This record gives sequence, structure tokens and C-alpha cells, in this order.
Amino acid sequence: MQPDPRGVKKLRAIQRAFATGIMRPLASGHRMQSKWTDGTSSRRVVAEFIKPNDRLTSFERLEIYNKQYWFRLLDSLHEDFPGLRTLIGEDRFYDLSVAYLTKHPSDSFTLRDLGRHLEKYLAKEPRWTAPHHALARDIVRLEWAHIVAFDGEAFPPLEIDALLDGGDPAQLKLGVQPCITFLACAYPVDDFILAVRRREEPRGEASNAMNERIKRKAPKKLARPRPEKIWLAVHRSNNAVYYKRLEEPAYLICSALQKGLPLQAACERALRRRKTGPDFGAKLQGWFAQWASFGWFYR
Amino acid sequence: MPANRFNNFTNYGIGIGLRVPHYQHILSRKPTVDWFEIISENFMVDAGRPLHVLDQILEQYRVVQHGVAMYLGSTDGLDREHLRRLKRLVKRTNTPWLSDHLCWGSVDGRYTHDLLPLPYTFAAASHVAQRIREVRDYLEVPILVENVSSYAEFCASEMSEWEFLSEVVEKADAGILLDVNNIYVSSQNHNFNPYDYLNHIPHDRVGQVHIAGHSKFEKYILDTHDHPVLDPVWKMYAHATRLTGPTATLLEWDDRIPSFDEVHCEALKAGKFCKELLPQTVQAV
Repeated sequence: MQPDPRGVKKLRAIQRAFATGIMRPLASGHRMQSKWTDGTSSRRVVAEFIKPNDRLTSFERLEIYNKQYWFRLLDSLHEDFPGLRTLIGEDRFYDLSVAYLTKHPSDSFTLRDLGRHLEKYLAKEPRWTAPHHALARDIVRLEWAHIVAFDGEAFPPLEIDALLDGGDPAQLKLGVQPCITFLACAYPVDDFILAVRRREEPRGEASNAMNERIKRKAPKKLARPRPEKIWLAVHRSNNAVYYKRLEEPAYLICSALQKGLPLQAACERALRRRKTGPDFGAKLQGWFAQWASFGWFYR
Repeated sequence: MPANRFNNFTNYGIGIGLRVPHYQHILSRKPTVDWFEIISENFMVDAGRPLHVLDQILEQYRVVQHGVAMYLGSTDGLDREHLRRLKRLVKRTNTPWLSDHLCWGSVDGRYTHDLLPLPYTFAAASHVAQRIREVRDYLEVPILVENVSSYAEFCASEMSEWEFLSEVVEKADAGILLDVNNIYVSSQNHNFNPYDYLNHIPHDRVGQVHIAGHSKFEKYILDTHDHPVLDPVWKMYAHATRLTGPTATLLEWDDRIPSFDEVHCEALKAGKFCKELLPQTVQAV
């Protein structure tokens, strides 16, 4: 028997009202907001679809879910972006997270994807990271690349011999594993993130119920990195994530290959952009041998 | 009814949830465990360490998948990407059955990442039942739906929670993952007798049981999964076992997780309950 469309429509209306209530940011004291989105009393609106009981009002019952929603999502961002949090401080990170999640509610079944719009959001809202916006941007890009490298897609890799037997370099296209991200950074954020991660203990898995915002000790301050151009490959090897520094020509080649350029065109791009010495050919061979040993390429 | 069509005619015994803090212990010590339950979504990834660990576990143990994000009660269309990944994982684990919650959690493409209660209406029951059938047809594995703990009740409800659960599983011809702790938590939050719940569901559809700990606050109880199982829940579990027969049982411990041995020891208490209580006569409380 097909469900009654009117009944499903009513169900959808209830779910929209419920979601509206729980996804609105918490007011002070971690309370649910007293005014609804239209400016009327939240108590009155919530009482229209949630029953009270002998201990809790309708408002207080929905408030339990409102708190759980925010504590769970804030905790997830807290764990995923320790570097950004360290840079801008816990309180500012908390406010940024609330603003970000209000603008970009989760659009994926997995919390893993929660931060995927953060870099773009910060580009539009630089006030959250001022006056260190460029540094913050590099940190967020690296932290998102780390998430991608941890469990992103990877195909059976090409061995170096198979890579060299690939035929005409002008035509040869090498697939670069989707889990790898190549980054050009204005700051040595790899060292910074590694230092941050070393001092933070991994969090245990949380239950579905989040009855309080997880409180943590404020970590010791780390020195902010000074500007220094670096080029990174964020990759996975033996199921561990690594940040590998590259020379600029190597970065140019790899990122060109990842964009789909043929091997020869990718190498020429690097040669055009950077002066290279007479030993560049040997260097190039060494790079490709190493990258192939890391399993970076597939066909 | 230990083995039935809802748990694919298996008799799995006592299992525990596979959790990150225990990975090293399990892989190095290889403790004897009847089976592990995994949270499907933790392994619905493309590659990397989660799947590497899972493959090692699968070499040694029986694994059953339990989901937290299918949102069978949502009014959005089924998430095809979620289902595609889920099916890929089902093939990998060869899970004999698959469970998820009788709840909703997303609307208009926005995800709350929570297990939200449904209004207990006939329309909602039909809607959920149709989605369960769709999911089962696609995944080609028996589906169990789990009752959730809740902190709110809807004005629109037309029946009790156990009547709603029964309506859904009968209409969908699905099984039940009976979470005894969730019934207890909801009974305290909504002032009903938890034994009415246990007595009035279709016992022949119960394919698995969950037990867990909870936390008591001043005005409500929260399903925190961060404690040992409390006495009232053990008593309910004993009663449920009399009604359903010894059924595959899983201890959930998801926060403030103690050592593997402590969790396993707590889970094994369920086996003792079954043995001690089975000879007794079934009596409604």
C-alpha cells in the first residue's frame, strides 16, 4: 500500500519545524532561542507539535535535541581542525564554527564531510581569521587534505617499470591517486600542524548522546609560523597520512598531472615556470621513481 | 526463536561493538568473541586505515553491520550515494543482516546527525515501511529496525511507540533490533511501563537485541552508552529473552570506553542471564 501523500506532507512539516528548532544556534547558557525564526515565541511554536510531560515543557524537550545537535557538530569540527583552532584560539574557533555551521549545515550523511566548505567560507568571511588570514587558509587547506588522504579513494598503483613503458610522453596521461592533494603554501604549515597534532590526544568515539560540550584544557601556545613558501604532497602510505615537501618544479609537475595534462606537457610546464639546472633530467627520473614507489600513479 | 528469517537463520550469541580504542588489542591478542557489530558509516569510505582494519577483523571474526544514517523516517528521497556505499560494504562484510534505526535525521538535504523520533501516525508507519522495503530490495539482505531512545513526544501521535514499531515491521515485513536500554530510557522520559512495550511487540520478528548503559539527569534520562548496563535494564533483558528466546545480543559502549576486557566481561553477563532464565515460565510483568 502506498503511503498517503497528505500524511507524508504533514510528516515533512513536522520534521521541518523540528529541524528548524534544533539547528538554530544555542542562546547564552546553552539554552534554545526564546524567539522562533519569525520573531514569535519559541515556546508557543514548539508547543504546537511537541507534548510537554510532568517534568519538562515542550520547549525544554526540544532543547535537549538542540543541545545535542550543536555539541555533536561542534565537537566534530573541533577534532578535524586542531591547527585552525590553535591559531585563532578556542573561543573564536567556537564562534566561527557556529557561524560556519549556520551558513553550511551538514549536507552529507557523514560527519567526515562537515568541514568541506570551510576554506571557501573563510575566503568570504576573512574577519574570523584576521589578521592571519593567509596562514589560516593554508592551515585549513592542509587539514582538509589530511581528511581526504586518510580515507580517500586510491586505485591499484603503477609500478615504475609500467610507468616507463607507458609509451609516447607527449600522449601519456598518468592518473594521480584521488586521495592525494598537492598544496602550494605561503607558510610552513606542515611543521605547525604536526606540532599541534603531537600535543593533542586522540578523542575516543562519542556516543549518539552529547549531553555537554566537551571541555578540554587550553593547550600551550605554539609559535605562529613565519612566512616561507613550501610545496606539499599530502598523501597516504601504508594507511598512514604523510606531508611530503616537494621542490616547486615537482609540485608543478604533480599538480599538472592531477589536472590531466600528459606527462610531457606537465614536465614542460615545470621547466617554463622555474629555471632548472643541467642535472634536472636525472632529478626528474629520481622523483618519478620515488613517487611511483609511494604508489601515487595509476592508469 | 534464536534463529529466524530476520537474522538470516543465524545464532550468533553475544557480541560487542567494534570501537577504535580496542583495535590494537583485538588485532594483537585475538580474543575469543562471538561476533562484532560495526557502525556501517565508519567503514563506508573509499580506502585507508578503516577498511584495512576491517579486513583484518573479517579474517578472524563474524561481523554484523549496524547503521546510524539511513534515516528510514526522513521524508527526503533515499540517499542513493549512501545506499551505494552501504551495498559495497555489505558485499565486503557478508553481514547476515543489517540494522538501522526507526527514526529520521535529515530534511531538505540538511543532516542533523541525530536519531530523531517520529510522530507515531499511520501515515508515518506506511512511509517508513515503504522505504524499508525499497532498501531491502536494493541491499538484498534482511533489515532489522531498532527502536530509538527519545526525549520528546509529538502532539500528532496516534498510537504508542510499541504499536508504531509493530505497525512498521508488519507492513514492511521487517525484523526488529530490540534495544532494551532505549525502551527503558524512553519509558522513564515518557511515563510508560516498559514491560507493556516488551509484551506487545511481535516477538517472532526480533532478530537482535541491544543492551547499554544510560545516564540519569534531574528531569530526564539520556542514552549515553558510557556506563555498564544498569539493573532495571538487565531485568528487562531477562524478560525480553523469555519472550523472544535467546537472541543475538550486542553490548553498546560508545563513550568513556574502558578496556576491551571490561567491555567484553560486561557483555558476557547477557549470556549468563539467558542460561539462568530460560527454564522459567514466560510471564508478563
